[in-house]
Parts: sequence; C-alpha cells; structure tokens
Amino acid sequence: MKEIISSTPAMLLLVVGSYYLGTMLYRRLRSAWVHPVAVGMILTLIALLVLDIDYPTFQAGTAFLDFLLGPTVVALGYLLYEQIEHLRGREITIFIATAVGGLIGIASVILLGHLFGLDSILIASLQPKSATMPIALPLSARWGGLPSITAIVVFITGIIGSLIGPWLLDKCGITHPIARGLALGSASHGIGTSRAIELGALEGAVSGLAIGLTGVAISLLLPLVEWMM
Amino acid sequence: MIIKGVCIILSFYFLGMGMSHLIGGIVPGSVCGMLLLFVALCLRIVHPDSVRSVARALTQNMAVLFVPAGVGIMAQYEAIARNWVGIITITLVSTVFVLLSTGATAQYLNRCFKNKTTNTRK
Repeated sequence: MKEIISSTPAMLLLVVGSYYLGTMLYRRLRSAWVHPVAVGMILTLIALLVLDIDYPTFQAGTAFLDFLLGPTVVALGYLLYEQIEHLRGREITIFIATAVGGLIGIASVILLGHLFGLDSILIASLQPKSATMPIALPLSARWGGLPSITAIVVFITGIIGSLIGPWLLDKCGITHPIARGLALGSASHGIGTSRAIELGALEGAVSGLAIGLTGVAISLLLPLVEWMM
Repeated sequence: MIIKGVCIILSFYFLGMGMSHLIGGIVPGSVCGMLLLFVALCLRIVHPDSVRSVARALTQNMAVLFVPAGVGIMAQYEAIARNWVGIITITLVSTVFVLLSTGATAQYLNRCFKNKTTNTRK
C-alpha cells in the first residue's frame, strides 16, 4: 500500500491536484493571500506529513516537474520575441532599466546579507530573488544556494512587489506606464506582471517583457559579481 | 503540430546545455537555450508559428512547477526558521530598491528620448 501511495503518479497527482484546489480557492476569494502556489505548497506539505512520506521519496516522484522547468525557460525565449515586437523603438530604455534593477537587486542582497550576518549559502539563495522562478532556481543551485529557500523567497518577492508596488511607485512620482510596468516585472516577475496587467495594457506588456530580460540580466550579472568578490 | 514544437524546444534546450558547458557553466543551459531560441526567432531560422502552442502551454502553466520546489523547505526548515527576520527584511528592502531603481531609470530614459525626438523635430 505504501508503495502505491508514494508512487510517481500519486506524487504528481498530489502536486497538480493541490495546485488545482489552490486555483479554485483563488477564483472564489480573489485575494493575493491565497495564491494558488502557496495553497498548493501548504496542501502538499500537509499531505506528505499526514501520509508520512519523506522528502527524498517526494523529490524522486516529482522529478518530471523539475525537469519541465528547463523547457519552460527555453519557451520564455518565444515570449520575449513576441513581446519585443510590440515594443520596438523602446528597447534601449527597457534593456538599461532592467539591467539597473537586476544589479541593484543583487548588490542590495549581498550588502544587507552581510549586515544581517547571513551565511554565504543564504546570500546565494537570496541573490536571484527578482528572477522568474524557473531561472532563479538553477541560478541559486549554481552559485551555492539552496533552491528550496530560493523558491520561498522568490514567491515572497512576487507578493511584496504586487502588494506595495503600485502604491510605492505613486508615492515616488513614477507615473509613466512603461516605467511602472518595467518596475513591477523586474522586481516581482510573474506575480508583479499579473498586477501590472490590472493597471493597464501597456504596463502589462512591458512587465511581461521585463520578466525574461531580468532573468537574463541576473544570469549574466551573477558570474560577474562572483568574479569581482 | 505539437510534436514539432516539442522537438524545437528540446533542441534549443540541448543546444543551450552545450553552450553552457562551453562557457564553463557560468550561465545555466536553459537560459542559454532561451537566448538561442530568441535569436533564432529574430533571424527567422525558426518560424514563430511552429513553437507558439508549446511555448504558451509551458509558460502559461509554469506556476504548478513551483510547488515541488517550495515543498523542499521541508528539508531546509531549520535554516529558514533561524534567519527568518533577516530573510524577510532583506527581501522587502531589496524589492523596494529594485522597484524604485528600475522605475526611476525607465522614467528618466523615457524623458531623455522624448526630448531628443522633439528637439530633432524642431
């Protein structure tokens, strides 16, 4: 019986089913506090504890989903192509702004990390936090972090940006739709982009573009930072 | 044709892994694959129609893939519990920095380019 409960189809169903319940709950309540990913994670965790399944077993059963993160990043190349077509003539602004955001994100984590006395593993886990999840996870592993910590931090980064982003940008006089969309997408990846889409079509489009570009910027900046340290 | 799209995505993932290996692994293979696919689309080596459906299916549903990664805190619970104040504070402050630096840079550059175009028109 134990073998069936901890088999690959059971583990995949557990993850996909928990996430599906999360999307249904989200549709009902429409609140950022019940994000389907968070609900899916909590339900999966509870089920693993109740069924007494250990993490290595779960990890082996869900290896297929981990693999799919790779092709998903490659597919982002298509999204980048599709969105950049709509924003011709503004490429330089968009490239520079996302590169600045990526650099500030990494530098601030390193400086604050030392200030708070975090060890190098935690700092490496926090560094790629503004990158989209499928890019942030391999970056964390590559530069000495723990991807599972990165997963939580990337998610929290998304929620923070979507909750305070529009308010903060208002307060600081950042009113241009392109600037607002870029800020939300660069800081808070996909979760920030869903918020940007609510602000307007242009905000949403630029924000979507910023997801891929920020991921690339952080991927290219991390080896540079590592080399300088 | 889904299979064609899957083949193209996997080919670029494979090429990306090769490229990543050649540059000493400093950029993950998937990110290299993404850049190669982007370039191939721009140069019309790959027709956008051939990858559209697969690319959309993957990117529109990627959130479900984050669940197993997050469940990994099961194994790393202690590291988070011991440093949660620092982790949350750094995440909050750094996110505010990124929001403002990206937004301010974009707004500034937009204004520069706008002035330039109006000047040349005069």
